[in-house]
Amino acid sequence: MAEVVLEAAEVRAPDDRVILHPISLRLTEHRIGIIGPNGSGKSTLARLVNGLVTPSSGRVLVDGVDVARNGAAVRRRVGFCFTDPSAQVVMPTCIEDVELSLRKRIKDRVRRREAASQILARYGLADRADVSVHALSGGQRQLLALAGVLATDPDLLVADEPTTLLDLRNTRLVADTLFGLEQQLILLTHDLDLVRRCDRVLLVEDGRIAFDGPAEVAVARYEATV
Amino acid sequence: MTPITDSWATRLPVGAKMLTLIALSITTVALHGVRSAAALLGFVLVLAVSTRVPARTLLRTLRGIVLFAVVVAALQWWWIGPARALESLLDLTTLALLGVLLTATTPVGDMLEAFVRWAGPMRRFGVDPERVGLVISMAVEAIPGTITLARETRDAARTRGLERSPRALLTPFVIRVVARAHEKGAALQARGIGD
Repeated sequence: MAEVVLEAAEVRAPDDRVILHPISLRLTEHRIGIIGPNGSGKSTLARLVNGLVTPSSGRVLVDGVDVARNGAAVRRRVGFCFTDPSAQVVMPTCIEDVELSLRKRIKDRVRRREAASQILARYGLADRADVSVHALSGGQRQLLALAGVLATDPDLLVADEPTTLLDLRNTRLVADTLFGLEQQLILLTHDLDLVRRCDRVLLVEDGRIAFDGPAEVAVARYEATV
Repeated sequence: MTPITDSWATRLPVGAKMLTLIALSITTVALHGVRSAAALLGFVLVLAVSTRVPARTLLRTLRGIVLFAVVVAALQWWWIGPARALESLLDLTTLALLGVLLTATTPVGDMLEAFVRWAGPMRRFGVDPERVGLVISMAVEAIPGTITLARETRDAARTRGLERSPRALLTPFVIRVVARAHEKGAALQARGIGD
């Protein structure tokens, strides 16, 4: 399990507006939920963890590695799953997209294809291997996006509202996949049922951590603010 | 996307197919006369049948190019004469068929690997072959997504009765395509690709 440390990490927009006030945190729990209203800074907080956003001041460390200094090394350990899988899937067919993630690790083509098939099978996409990614249903596409990210074998997965675009069935499927992972999970979501399954929940409001603690309490606090 | 038909041509190395394509294309353009043009088209048709690429795939792709070829032929008939018109019609059809045959018997991944290999010598000029391949396949993947965006923007404009306003159609479309490109960039970065 990875250890994510924020040391007074602050994020400002180019016009100096504060997006995230200085935050200090140490995240080591298996499943960490992040909730909060739209525009509260949740996504920015999540993107700090894998260096897609770097702090304007302060530091973010993943297992002691500074995200701002060595983003590439951090991203090898931290997977990121976006809300819209269409944005994340980059290759024409399912198997090719998974292979893309494996390219660095497995040089041999035949072995790479085998490994990719196995990964697709794990996410119930075995029969979709050579299908265009555009022919998939929303749920399948999100599973493919997940498969592509997890193929790189990260220690930690950050998921930014991964179920927001999905129907109930697919939400459950993707959620069960996420909560079935051995990897550490940082989950941003508006789905309070999912939040309740987390070990620790951060409530973000106006660029600040408004609450940090057990899921039930966090959800109650969040509901009270609406 | 064209589904891949399995045949002897599918198992041929991409380089061999590419060279054949180039050689046949040059021959088609270099040889003059209706007779040779017809012979080449005949040869390519036999090739097409032997690769078992479904006629439907061939026809669908040919429809567009033949329309274009007919217009060109009509103009040439007018300017030069019927023989030249017929020759260019046959030549263009042959070239289009060759193109379809290559794409219909070659998985995108194989084509990609080949391009990456061929870009290898460019390394000394600072070209990263892997990145060349990635760019090509991303371009291929982006086409259906962009069409979807165009359709969505058009529908959105229509719903609001703005289908005649180029601004209501183009502005959101361009913004969304650029935004999508940014998202893809972030996704690639997040997956550690290109680091």
